[in-house]
Amino acid sequence: MAENAAHTVKSFDEDIAQLRAVITRMGGLCETQIADAVDALVARNVEAAARVVEQDKRMDALETEAEALALRIIALRAPLADDLREVVAAMKIAGVMERIGDYAKNIAKRTPVVAQSQPIGPAVIVPEMARAVIEIIRDTLDAFVDRDAEKALAILQRDQQVDEYYNSLFRALLTFMMENPNTITPSTHLLFVAKNLERIGDHATSVAEMVHFTATGQRPAERPKTDSTSSVYTPH
Amino acid sequence: MNTAAGSPVPKMTARNVNVFYGQKQAIKDVSIDVSREHVTAFIGPSGCGKSTFLRCLNRMNDTVDGARVEGRIELDGQDIYASVMDVVQLRARVGMVFQKPNPFPKSIYENVAYGPRLHGLARSRADMDEIVESALRRAGLWDEVKDRLGESGTAMSGGQQQRLCIARAIAVDPEVILMDEPCSALDPIATARIEELIDELRGRYAIVIVTHNMQQAARVSQKTAFFHLGTLVEYDDTSAIFTNPKATRTKDYITGRYG
Amino acid sequence: MASMSDSRPPKAERQPTDWTTAAMQRRIAARYRGERNFRRLGAAALVIAAGFLAFLLFTIVRDGASGFLRTEARIDVTFDATTLGVDPAAIAGPNGKAVLARADYPGLLLKAAEQLGPAEGTLSDAAWLDLRAALLADPSLLGKRATLWVPVRSQIDLLAKGKYDLAAPADSRGVSDREVANWRWLDSRGLLRTGFNSAFLTGADSTEPELAGIGGAALGSLLTVLVTIAIAFPLGVLSAVWLEEFAPRGRIADIIELSINNLAAVPSIIFGLLGLAFFLNFAGMPRSAPLVGGITLALMIMPVIVIASRVAIKAVPPSIRDAALGIGASPIQVVFHHVLPLALPGIMTGTIIGVARALGETAPLLLIGMRAFVTDVPQGFTQPATVLPMQVFLWSDDVQRGFVEKTSAAIIVLLVVLIAMNSLAIYLRNRFERRW
Repeated sequence: MAENAAHTVKSFDEDIAQLRAVITRMGGLCETQIADAVDALVARNVEAAARVVEQDKRMDALETEAEALALRIIALRAPLADDLREVVAAMKIAGVMERIGDYAKNIAKRTPVVAQSQPIGPAVIVPEMARAVIEIIRDTLDAFVDRDAEKALAILQRDQQVDEYYNSLFRALLTFMMENPNTITPSTHLLFVAKNLERIGDHATSVAEMVHFTATGQRPAERPKTDSTSSVYTPH
Repeated sequence: MNTAAGSPVPKMTARNVNVFYGQKQAIKDVSIDVSREHVTAFIGPSGCGKSTFLRCLNRMNDTVDGARVEGRIELDGQDIYASVMDVVQLRARVGMVFQKPNPFPKSIYENVAYGPRLHGLARSRADMDEIVESALRRAGLWDEVKDRLGESGTAMSGGQQQRLCIARAIAVDPEVILMDEPCSALDPIATARIEELIDELRGRYAIVIVTHNMQQAARVSQKTAFFHLGTLVEYDDTSAIFTNPKATRTKDYITGRYG
Repeated sequence: MASMSDSRPPKAERQPTDWTTAAMQRRIAARYRGERNFRRLGAAALVIAAGFLAFLLFTIVRDGASGFLRTEARIDVTFDATTLGVDPAAIAGPNGKAVLARADYPGLLLKAAEQLGPAEGTLSDAAWLDLRAALLADPSLLGKRATLWVPVRSQIDLLAKGKYDLAAPADSRGVSDREVANWRWLDSRGLLRTGFNSAFLTGADSTEPELAGIGGAALGSLLTVLVTIAIAFPLGVLSAVWLEEFAPRGRIADIIELSINNLAAVPSIIFGLLGLAFFLNFAGMPRSAPLVGGITLALMIMPVIVIASRVAIKAVPPSIRDAALGIGASPIQVVFHHVLPLALPGIMTGTIIGVARALGETAPLLLIGMRAFVTDVPQGFTQPATVLPMQVFLWSDDVQRGFVEKTSAAIIVLLVVLIAMNSLAIYLRNRFERRW
């Protein structure tokens, strides 16, 4: 995607750059929050998990800042075409990032409960799944910064990968719980953690869709939905 | 550059129009359809030819020395540059509102009655009164001026003067109204009233408006044409032009990147 | 994103301007001083110009005021039918008036003048006209005695107005001892009175100063100017309209424009030569006639009207033309409905200034014979006539002392007419001027 020429009014460019910086910071924060939450979960570190919960306040503050910036640009600069799409997308992405932050916080909140029970086998998939999700977020933000529609389009395919992780973890935990009913509590929590990561993946791909729309003005074609757990039936 | 998907029945069509001022070419190969259902906005930087092209549509360029128009412009399928076309009648059918409000230094009534009188549209004094009243009503000016029709048109505020000029144009019951930056000399409230008026007149007349104010084009028009250096760069639905223009030049212009 | 920072290598910064330094204050003071001096210079120029004007007006009024006055002597006249040489029976008849008009009034005057004794020769030669006028106005006076005031000779008139320096030696004061004695004789008996000279405003030229009037020249001027306006106004305005609205721009239009501007600067005597050569010698039109004078002057002021009209037409905002054209008016309708009405004040101002110039012109009229001595008020456009400035010229040339005050009085009349015309111009401009 070709680099855009500068606006005639330079402070307009500065405003947009500022908005992008806030979004980039939110993205970076998302990545560390998810990584920290999953690390705390795996390491059963309750203090680290508490720090993640604490950090989420920064996320909320950044979202407020992004929203205020976007509103100011719309009110004062009356952006049009790709500028308009970008500002609106930034506002929506800020909201999505905040939600992602909430999921990370939710993962962190489950750490104390999981830490009290036996470690369970399928949990090893979680850090891998988290890594995949973080990659998606990172690439999405790169695409956003570069206004790279191709990259954004490529990301859309990778959500499938996350879904597959979730599907296998779901089945594994289901089997695990059937075999050892006393692991139901940690397994359920783990299932929610996996669900959170899967939701984060969905949100991240929706951000990629927004990036694609910002860059091209076109909605990408409907992407395949491969989370098949809603139709999993477990015979007793 | 060719026209984007036109509307079902174009009121005016232009095909491969070139305009020269002496040696200088002001318009290069412009083709466009204007329909009655839509307000069409012409946008573009100063000197891009949008006003020149607008003035081709009612042959106002005839009054400019050395101006030459090539190509074909039709009104209801009739070539307006054909020798059988009467310019005087054409300008009655294709009315015009100018950048600067330009009421005649006569009474409000006389301003509106001038056109109908010129073309002999009124059969009696009462008939003329009716024409004047309905034109002023349609221009949203009647309630403000009905008690002072004898006062001079130049004594009104700028916004009222411009609405008087619109009333004067619609008094001859035109089919097309061309507006050349009609709000550039007006304050925002007066501008809003004109925009509202344009919206009310839509459908009854084919309206073409040239404007420097992109927000205005976005607000009042359904179709927008972007002119640059005498060419028609892009012509599309207004919402498409302002959210997702196809041409880079259009995008750079409307987002404020063009010098 | 394009980078914001477009930093150039820093240049040596200029010091910020200090507006409070002494040098700056001096510059400001010098500027104000210069402006004050310029204003004073302007005021001084105005005072000098006004002074010249006041001096001119003062001398003219001083010399000319008495030109509107006339001294008359009182005589008792017996309208004796025998002296008049008329038959009373014929007067009663159908042609009574004509018979009365043909009577011997000079004889009657001679007889009546005897009563003035030594001063019997002081009455004006044309005083018999007053006797005739009195009798024609009231035929019942026939055979009766009436007291009448009749004009006296110019010298007595001037003596009565105190125009001669009686203390000066007889050979240099310009009036003989006998005249002075006559005047003393009349004056001491209370037979003289000095009053408003209505004949001056209504009469025509005469060789006798006491009888000369400006009316003939004024009417001649009026007739001439009427012809001038009738020709120059429509021709000038239509030329201007064509040049401004319809003429194709190009070489020919430029040449026409240049010619018109040059024509406005051609000395007026040239137009007189043209009038002489073309209208009199070639076309065979009558000499000294207001018609020919008017045509000649029309040629002279037409460029002025064309130029003034073009400026006025150019001043009509193009937006008004656009408005009318945009609604479907034809170019001719645009001109007659909008451009001309709006340009009219300017056109009128230019026309009246041109006409005022025509009114004050003598040179071209000299050549077409309008310096003729005309003792009758002109009756028509083809009758010999003279005009006001020409009358001033003729009188100023006359050797008779009595014409000095007449000259100044004629100048006053001319100035009054010119001021009236200019006032009319200003009134018309203000009356029709429109704002847009």
